[in-house]
Amino acid sequence: MTEPAPATNRSFVRLSGVGHRYDPDPAVPPAVTGINLDIRRHEFVAVVGPSGCGKSTLLRMVSGLLMPTEGEVSVFGKQVSGPRDDVGIVFQKPTLLPWLTVRKNVLFPLRHKYGRYSRADEKRADELLAMAGLEGFAGKRPDELSGGMQQRVGIVRALLLNPDILLMDEPFSALDAMTREQIGFDLLKIWEENPKTVLFITHSIAEAVLLADRVLVMSKRPGTVLEVLDVDIPRPRTAHTISEPRFGQLTERLRKHIYAPDAA
Amino acid sequence: MRLTLPEGRARASLLMAAPWLFFLALILLWELVCRAFALPEYVLPAPSAIVEAFFKVEMSRWFTHLWATLKVALMGFAASILVAIPVAIAMMRSELLSRTLYPLLVVIQSTPVVAVAPLIIVLMGSDDPSRVLITCLLTFFPLVVSTATGINETPEELVELSRSLDAPLRRETWQIRIPYAIPHIFSGLRVAITLAIIGAVVAEFVAAEEGLGYFIQFSTSFFRIPQAFAGLFFLAVVSLLLFKSVQWSQQLFFPWSLPRKGSH
Repeated sequence: MTEPAPATNRSFVRLSGVGHRYDPDPAVPPAVTGINLDIRRHEFVAVVGPSGCGKSTLLRMVSGLLMPTEGEVSVFGKQVSGPRDDVGIVFQKPTLLPWLTVRKNVLFPLRHKYGRYSRADEKRADELLAMAGLEGFAGKRPDELSGGMQQRVGIVRALLLNPDILLMDEPFSALDAMTREQIGFDLLKIWEENPKTVLFITHSIAEAVLLADRVLVMSKRPGTVLEVLDVDIPRPRTAHTISEPRFGQLTERLRKHIYAPDAA
Repeated sequence: MRLTLPEGRARASLLMAAPWLFFLALILLWELVCRAFALPEYVLPAPSAIVEAFFKVEMSRWFTHLWATLKVALMGFAASILVAIPVAIAMMRSELLSRTLYPLLVVIQSTPVVAVAPLIIVLMGSDDPSRVLITCLLTFFPLVVSTATGINETPEELVELSRSLDAPLRRETWQIRIPYAIPHIFSGLRVAITLAIIGAVVAEFVAAEEGLGYFIQFSTSFFRIPQAFAGLFFLAVVSLLLFKSVQWSQQLFFPWSLPRKGSH
């Protein structure tokens, strides 16, 4: 585990000694403890770890939906003290509103936060939808779309307010393997065109290596950082990346951590 | 033995016709039993005698009675909606309120309205307001319960989305929770509309000068049994139509809230 470096512009999101316990009973281990991490601006960080290791807890603390019970989270040098609106969240399920069209679902954050949106916002929503390969679907209802398309709408919705930080909580885990790979590359394309600081939680080691600049490996409960791995595979990453030897080496190394954390 | 159904179109029309054919068969059987055993009219009138009795009563009289019952039932139903939905929302917002009110609601629900009705008439007089109150007491509980259930079934992710946008609570209620509760509210409304007719009839049994319930009671006391049966069937048809109109209004105004066709 590394100590946090002094605050610089290079550390956009900083977690210093962050932890959270749901149960005040000291006999019960905290969900997450002692997490130190500096995320650079526009960096793509993936978090992997076994089920129940507190990955989602970590994400909720960065979003400000959940307060750490130890340590502190800061964004650009300012401590996070509550829900922040410069954060876009993509959930495991698309959770679109079934009574709204795709376009209105994308515009929902604006209508929900301010009660209205403008023509320009509608145009932006359509542009974002086009970028995510959803032209022609703006007037459809969510249940007319496939699971993968619904999740694309979920991503577009998170991008609408042009947040600095994109938090993704196992966003592709409900999709089939082929859709999952495709939507991963599409996410990279969107991210390269609209750079964001991304915190991406996943169960899939391959997905983490394929998408991220760095991969954070978490231990079983209480969740701590086992390793932070730099993914030194050049971008843009494509389907060919998977067959590169470096990709195999990195996934192999992560697997060792997850399956035999004591030996690592 | 297993009934085998024909395929395709024939199957669909058979499925459509089956309940009607069954109903028709029952009526025929009833007619035959009455004729075969020469049952006196005051024991069990034959369907033909009931139809005859129906047309003996002037249409304007039917409409006077129908309107009297319908007015009380619909006013009670509307008042119930106006009270139950805000109460359900308030109970969802405040645990204290929910704890305070819930036992009282259960007491009201488990007290037989038939037993309370005479007391309400004594207390408030034998006018429409007391009849509307009796109807309300019957329809209120299922509406509160179904609305509260629906509101609580809103996906947690959407509540988090709302919180992360720092949106006002009233928008969370109106733009997320209430629409999510619509399917549940409608199942409550379907129960409530039939209970509203029951409430109106119970109130008429206790004290009234007009209405279908009053008509049935008065016909029975004069031993005009076919006429009482005619009133009963008229009431059943009205009740069925009201139930159907709740369904139709859901189809018309909230088509997204219905399960998709073909998926039972």
